[in-house]
Amino acid sequence: MRLLATRSSGWLSRRRSSPFARLAVILASLVMAGAGAAFVMPAQAAEDSADAELIAQGRELFLYGCSFCHGQNGEGVPTQDGNNFGPPLVGVGAAAVDFQVATGRMPMAQPGAQAPRKEVVYTDQEVRALAAYVASLGPGPAIPTAEQYDPETLSESEREEAIVRGGEFFRTNCTACHNFAGSGGALPEGKYAPSLVGVEPVHIYEALLTGPQQMPVFSDEVITPEQKKDIIAYLTYTEEMPNYGGFGLGSYGPVADGFAAWIVGVGGLVAFCVWIASHTARTDRKKKTEEEAA
Amino acid sequence: MTLSHPESNLPDKAAEGGPIDDPGLPAHTWRPTDVDEAAERRAERQVATLFGLSSVFTLLSVVSYFAFSIGDDLDTFLGRNASNLFIGLCLGMALVLIGVGAVQWSRKLMADAEIVEMRHPARSSDEDRAETLGKLSTGVEESGIGRRPLIRNSLLGAVGALGLPAVVLLRDLGPLPGDVLEKTVWRRGMRLVNDISGTPIKPGDIEVGQLINGEPAVFFAKGPDGEKLYHGAELLNAKAKAAIVIVRMEPKDITPAQGRENWGIDGILCYSKICTHVGCPISLWEQQTHNLLCPCHQSTFDLADNGRVVFGPAARAVPQLPIMVDDEGYLVAQSDFTEPVGPSYWERG
Repeated sequence: MRLLATRSSGWLSRRRSSPFARLAVILASLVMAGAGAAFVMPAQAAEDSADAELIAQGRELFLYGCSFCHGQNGEGVPTQDGNNFGPPLVGVGAAAVDFQVATGRMPMAQPGAQAPRKEVVYTDQEVRALAAYVASLGPGPAIPTAEQYDPETLSESEREEAIVRGGEFFRTNCTACHNFAGSGGALPEGKYAPSLVGVEPVHIYEALLTGPQQMPVFSDEVITPEQKKDIIAYLTYTEEMPNYGGFGLGSYGPVADGFAAWIVGVGGLVAFCVWIASHTARTDRKKKTEEEAA
Repeated sequence: MTLSHPESNLPDKAAEGGPIDDPGLPAHTWRPTDVDEAAERRAERQVATLFGLSSVFTLLSVVSYFAFSIGDDLDTFLGRNASNLFIGLCLGMALVLIGVGAVQWSRKLMADAEIVEMRHPARSSDEDRAETLGKLSTGVEESGIGRRPLIRNSLLGAVGALGLPAVVLLRDLGPLPGDVLEKTVWRRGMRLVNDISGTPIKPGDIEVGQLINGEPAVFFAKGPDGEKLYHGAELLNAKAKAAIVIVRMEPKDITPAQGRENWGIDGILCYSKICTHVGCPISLWEQQTHNLLCPCHQSTFDLADNGRVVFGPAARAVPQLPIMVDDEGYLVAQSDFTEPVGPSYWERG
């Protein structure tokens, strides 16, 4: 119990959410320590203990599933030449954990050029617990609320405006790596910018906020939360949009289109020609005039 | 050449005067359509059916044009634009069926005879060659061009002089470029702003690993008449040179060249966004390797090492814009770029 109280109060003081935070920490500590002040701030105390439980659960999950690479206290495991088996997680925030774990990137199946998106290992509740634990290691970006990232919260007309603005921001900031249709693209040495098709809005928001792997950070001060939501609105719109040109072939651009045209189109025609030329039926029968002559 | 030998259907050896009396070609066998009238009629019907189907598809493509609506009230089929899809499919089928019909026609019904055509030398006969050369020398002789050098040289001069107006008129292709290739709109004290939104940037807004696609503030500035200072083609031309990327790295990772030590602020550096190879805009920045990639030809620049080229066809480092902070704490340029941005050109080599 004492252990829990210390951890939760330390977590609270780091957050400093209100001028009364310090007072609340002291009071909460007293409450947790069972000093008979339970009636002063019961609601806060209940929340604290719930958080503390979540963090404790997260720590257990972390020690079992993550600490091999990230260290037992999320301090990272350095290699001899100064790289990391797993980077330190102090200060990466809950948003980074939610992005990495809830898209299946973490835990990694094996070390490699890039952690691929794959089947999610942890339940939603476990992801929350892991995020709470890592957030307790140091201040970092929190998991955004639906109000921040979900274009569904906008009215129809607001959404249309958001799509127009979002398109401009997307084309300026994102298309260089993620392709004009969000199909993703290649980077050197086996790395790649993943496809954005079918990615949850919350994960797009978190990726912008935290800059996972090679992706740069797009902080809230420069690309504001509203602008991030605009980008998400645009991406959702392009996903729903029918394919005007017929078969999009993944919207990978002229190289892929040319490949399909030459290999499938022209290749098919050549195969057809070969088939025609090798299938000309002949018969042993003679023409009537020939038979008569013979 | 003749087709009048149905017994063997081989070339007429006597008429051809072929080099080999009997080249040993196998005897000709007939197609079913040649010997069976029923098969012949069936093939005829097949070809006509293919051509007829082609007409049906052509009509269907016209029907698709009118049947499916486009624009805001788009008809879709399997998530695709139904109008485009069916017009294309039907026209494609119409063309393919004409082709298949023609192939079937020639395979089954057109004349089925093998012919031999002998090769002939490409060289003209000696008589033809002698006659042509004779005519040429007579022409030269009669014109007297060899005997009258005054006429010959003045003619050569006149024809040569015709090249001069062609060169002079080239000047009208546009004003001489002057130093516009060497200068951009960047000036000392001009703010770096976020592209699209035009918001100025403070160093504290930028996290390590952040990339900002930036522009000079002047593109968002308005004149006394409330109109933007730059617009239209002028804006695009100026933007094509002045676009920047702002990145922040751990200061310990950066190795500034001599004289560039104070060109950044706490690991924040600013580079031209225009590739030095052929001028594509580049903002594929890997935050962990600090490499900036050009998607066009894979030129790669290390932004932690003064924009040095580490891979690809680019010949020069990507130019860096020296930056500082103004009185209000916003990022501003120290000066214009110190070298021309964008691809190399004649005078730069």
